[in-house]
Order: sequence, then structure tokens, then C-alpha cells
Amino acid sequence: MKLRILSLVAAVALVSACESAPEQKGATTTGGQTAPQAARQVVAGSVEDFVANVGDRVFFDYDKFSLRTDAKGNLDKQVAWLKKYPSYKVTVEGHCDERGTREYNLALGEKRANAVKEYFSANGLGKDRVATVSYGKERPAAVGSNEAAWSQNRRGVTVLGK
Amino acid sequence: MTTMKTIRLLFAALALFAGALVAVPARAELVIDITRGHMRPLPIALPEFFGSAGQEAQAGRDIARVIASDLERSGLFKPIDSRAFIQSVGSLQASVRFPDWKQINAEALVQGRVEAQPDGRIRVEFRLWDVFAESQMAGSAFTVAPNGWRRVAHLIADAIYKRITGEDGYFDTSIVYVAEDGPKSNRRKRLAIMDQDGETHRFLTDGADMVLTPRFSPTQREITYMSYFRGNPRVYILNIDTARREVLGDFPGMTFAPRFSPDGNTVIMSMAQDGNTEIYTMNLMTRHKARLTNHPAIDTSPSYAPDGNKIVFNSDRGGAQQIYVMNSDGGDVQRISFGDGRYATPVWSPRGDLIAFTKMKGGEFFIGVMRPDGSGERLLASGFLVEGPTWAPNGRVLSFWKETRSDERGKGFSSRLYTIDLTGVNERMLMTPVDGSDPAWSPLIP
Repeated sequence: MKLRILSLVAAVALVSACESAPEQKGATTTGGQTAPQAARQVVAGSVEDFVANVGDRVFFDYDKFSLRTDAKGNLDKQVAWLKKYPSYKVTVEGHCDERGTREYNLALGEKRANAVKEYFSANGLGKDRVATVSYGKERPAAVGSNEAAWSQNRRGVTVLGK
Repeated sequence: MTTMKTIRLLFAALALFAGALVAVPARAELVIDITRGHMRPLPIALPEFFGSAGQEAQAGRDIARVIASDLERSGLFKPIDSRAFIQSVGSLQASVRFPDWKQINAEALVQGRVEAQPDGRIRVEFRLWDVFAESQMAGSAFTVAPNGWRRVAHLIADAIYKRITGEDGYFDTSIVYVAEDGPKSNRRKRLAIMDQDGETHRFLTDGADMVLTPRFSPTQREITYMSYFRGNPRVYILNIDTARREVLGDFPGMTFAPRFSPDGNTVIMSMAQDGNTEIYTMNLMTRHKARLTNHPAIDTSPSYAPDGNKIVFNSDRGGAQQIYVMNSDGGDVQRISFGDGRYATPVWSPRGDLIAFTKMKGGEFFIGVMRPDGSGERLLASGFLVEGPTWAPNGRVLSFWKETRSDERGKGFSSRLYTIDLTGVNERMLMTPVDGSDPAWSPLIP
């Protein structure tokens, strides 16, 4: 019990250290779960801005490639941002969880990436701006063998390029 | 518990040696019936092959060791510890003292010798003895360069296996696979090739590009596989001898899941365009491309029947992954898997009698086989993830890969190659220097 309190104190100390350390700003922009205080300091129109303030990924249900309502909401924000910064081209990566076979998942990842591309197109982003690539189950974002990780891995990720 | 029997059948046995046929009296003969499961591997004595000088003696030791290891891993033989041997290797050259081998319960005995030739090559001869019948079952000789000893050992193991089981061997073969290392989120994936026992391992690609699903050509000098070279996932052909690599065709979308046709003239694969995956063939001589499927669902993992007339493939056109068979021109599509669960990665046996597959059901993965009409489904192996069966050329043994669960930090994760007998027994890990996936077994080396 005493140990737990000690570690809690240590964690609080660590958090306050982060908040006051200027070199931390904007450094953690992977994964779209960036803390709000970091997001305030990213440059508008940058890759970090897109990832942190818009969100670069949408998630799919098991063995599905149809866009969920929450995914469409996110993609609407992506479209608005990409229209505001028209110099970017994007590659949509399609990914799967590890609960399928390799070749089928390459095909399924392609379907997921294409679903995002079609949504972009329907909302006014030219197809010449959007490429797709499938990684199947080969590039998991979360490495656990549980539903929490798998739901993070069934994803379409919009990667910005010039 | 399955059963294997060593049966002694009564019929006239012919002893073969160096091409000469010698008739011996009718007698019980040593036979392993490998169509049954087994519980008792055949005890076999494999003393060192005799060699008079240092180099010959070393080759003799190495050859006997490799033969013993091949036979042992088949699960059908149990090599006897050499410390139990009564008759010495030297005296064995003069004549076999059968009582000495009966006493240690050796049912078969392999005797051999290695002799250096004037031209620098080595001559390796062997004889297979039925100890209780006191008769010779097989024998032959090979003359090769000294570094060819390992292959000779596999050829002898194949000869022994064939003589006793009646089936072709599979020891003089290679396996190509995807060697994996690095963290689970960013694995380095390289093509690697090795003998079927894991020896003479070497990497074929450097890991700069992710590679997947290698498969041998019928001549086994070429491998077709998928690579993410320059970020474009496409099917390639690699020549093992020249290391020359060539992208296959100018397809507008991702190509993957390639396999050679049995005659080696065609590669069949999937191509994904605008989200839809269909099965295509490309003739390697004419470069002619043909689309075989035309369906908005996923059509992938094609594999030819050994006669080239049928193709088995994976599709979710019925709602979930199932196995289908069609003619080689894409006509007459028939679903063959109707069991509970999802079916994937069908591969036709080189004997034509079975199709191996991956099955997913209730959160578990299985390796199984069924007849080409979908009947007779049997599950051979299972696990958190088992995937991607490939057939040994005799259609009696399968290799596949197995992954383990990991925690949130990737701890506990591994991916290893395994082999298993068609009867569902004798599951063995194949030792590789790093993790592996996607094994592909070669045909017998010509």
C-alpha cells in the first residue's frame, strides 16, 4: 500500500515535469492520442497538426470494410483539413488485425483503404490526390493479442505526402 | 491415440544391391504402413559409415548422423543410441553379425562406407538390412564431390524411407520461407532458404523491403513471392542461382498470393484494383494475362491441382471465407467447404488426393485437410494462430507456421515453422536461426 502511494506521487511529479519542460512540446504526435497541451503548440497545416488535431486514422469492425459512423465523422474532418491544405497528397494505408490469414488480409486491407479513398472522392477530394496501399496484418499499431489491440489494428491510416 | 504398426508381411522379398537382383527365400519383410497413425517408431541402427582415413571417417560420421536425423524427424523411425551397439563399425565391414543387432532390438540396420576416389571425389555406398529376416532390403552407391556428402545422406534417407514405407521420400528437398525478426509492430521480413532439416540456411533478400508468400517453381530453381519494393506491393520471380529478380507483369494494382502452375509455365495470383481482388494468370513465355474470376468479393490464395486442370481458391463471396474449386479457365465454380467456421489458404496436395487449408473457428486456428470434393475434413494441428500449410512432395507431411499470443508490449510473441504428419501426429518445430512464417516446401531435387 505504501509502495502504491509512492508510485502515485512519482507519477504526479513526472506529469508536472512534462508540463513545465519546454522541449516536450509537439514531440509526441504518433498515434493520434496526443495530449491537448502538446497539440496547442504544433504548426497549423503541418503533419503533426493533421495527426494531432484531426486524427489520421479510422477503425473498422472485424472482417468488415464498410465505414462506421464514427469513421465518417473523422473522415469529414480529414477532408476539410485536406481541402484547406491542398498541397498535400495522401496515401491511405489499409490494415487488419492478426485474427485472419495473410493473403486474405492483404485483400481486406485493400478494401479498407479503398473505402476511405471512395469516401474522400465522394466528398470532393480528387482521386489523383489519393493513393492506397494494403499492409494486411503485417504492420500492427498495437501489439497485444487482445480485442483492445485488434480494434486499433483494423484501421485505415491517412499518410500525408507532398 | 492413433496407431502405427510395423507389420511383417509374408511375401517373397527381393534384395537389391548395386543393380543386381538376388532372390531370397520367402520371409517376413519389414514394412511400415504410414497410412495409419503410429505409436511405435521402427528401431533402426545407423552406425557411422566406415571410412579408413580421417576425412573419409569424418564424412562417414556426418552422413550417418544426417540420415538418422532425417529418419527420426519423420516420426516413423527410432534411431538406436550408438552406445548400445555391440558389433564395431570395422567388423561390420566384413560381415553383419545379426545376433548382435537383434540383441539390441534393431529391426533395421544401415551399413555404409566412404572411400576417397583417385579423382578427389568420394564414393558412398550403403546397404539396408532387415535384421530379423537377415536379408538385404536395399543398397546403392553414389560418387560425388566431397562437399556433396550432405545431399548423399538425404538421398540415402529417402531410399530407406521408400524401401520401408513404400512411399517416396522427401528428405532431399528445400524449404523457402519468410525469416522474421524485430519488434512485432515492425518486423524485418527476409526470404530465406534451407534444407528441409534446417541446415545450409541462407538469406535470399536483405530485409530492405518486406517480402511475403514465397513459393517454389516445379524446377525449384525459381521462387515467386510478393515484395513491397519501392512501396509497391507486387509479385516477383527470383532465380535462386543467378539472384536475378523480376517483377511479374505491369499490373495496375497490388499483386499477391502467387503460385506456379504444375508445368511451371504460368503464375497464378491475385490482383487488387479499386478495392476488388480477382484471380489472374500470367503466362511466363507469352506474358499473356487472363482474369479467371469476376466477383466483387475477395478471390485469392489460388492453387492448382497437380494435373493443372482445376484451381482451388479462397473467396468470401458467400459472406465469409470459404474454399472453392474452379476449372483452370475460371469456369464451373463450386464451393467445397461447408463446415463450421472460416476456411482459408487452400493448397492442393502434390498427390492430388487432398487439399490442405487453414481454418478459423471459435477464436482458434487449425491446419486441416479435406478431399477435393470437400468431404473427409480432418484437423491436424491447432493453436492461437496456425496458418499457411505447404506439402512435402510425397503428400504425407505438411509444414506450416505458428504464432503465439503476446501482451501489450509484444512480449510472448513468436512465429515458428512446424511440420506435422498427415495422420496428425509427430508435430515438430523446424529449427531456424530467427522466427519464420510462410514456409514453402520444394519438389524433390531433380
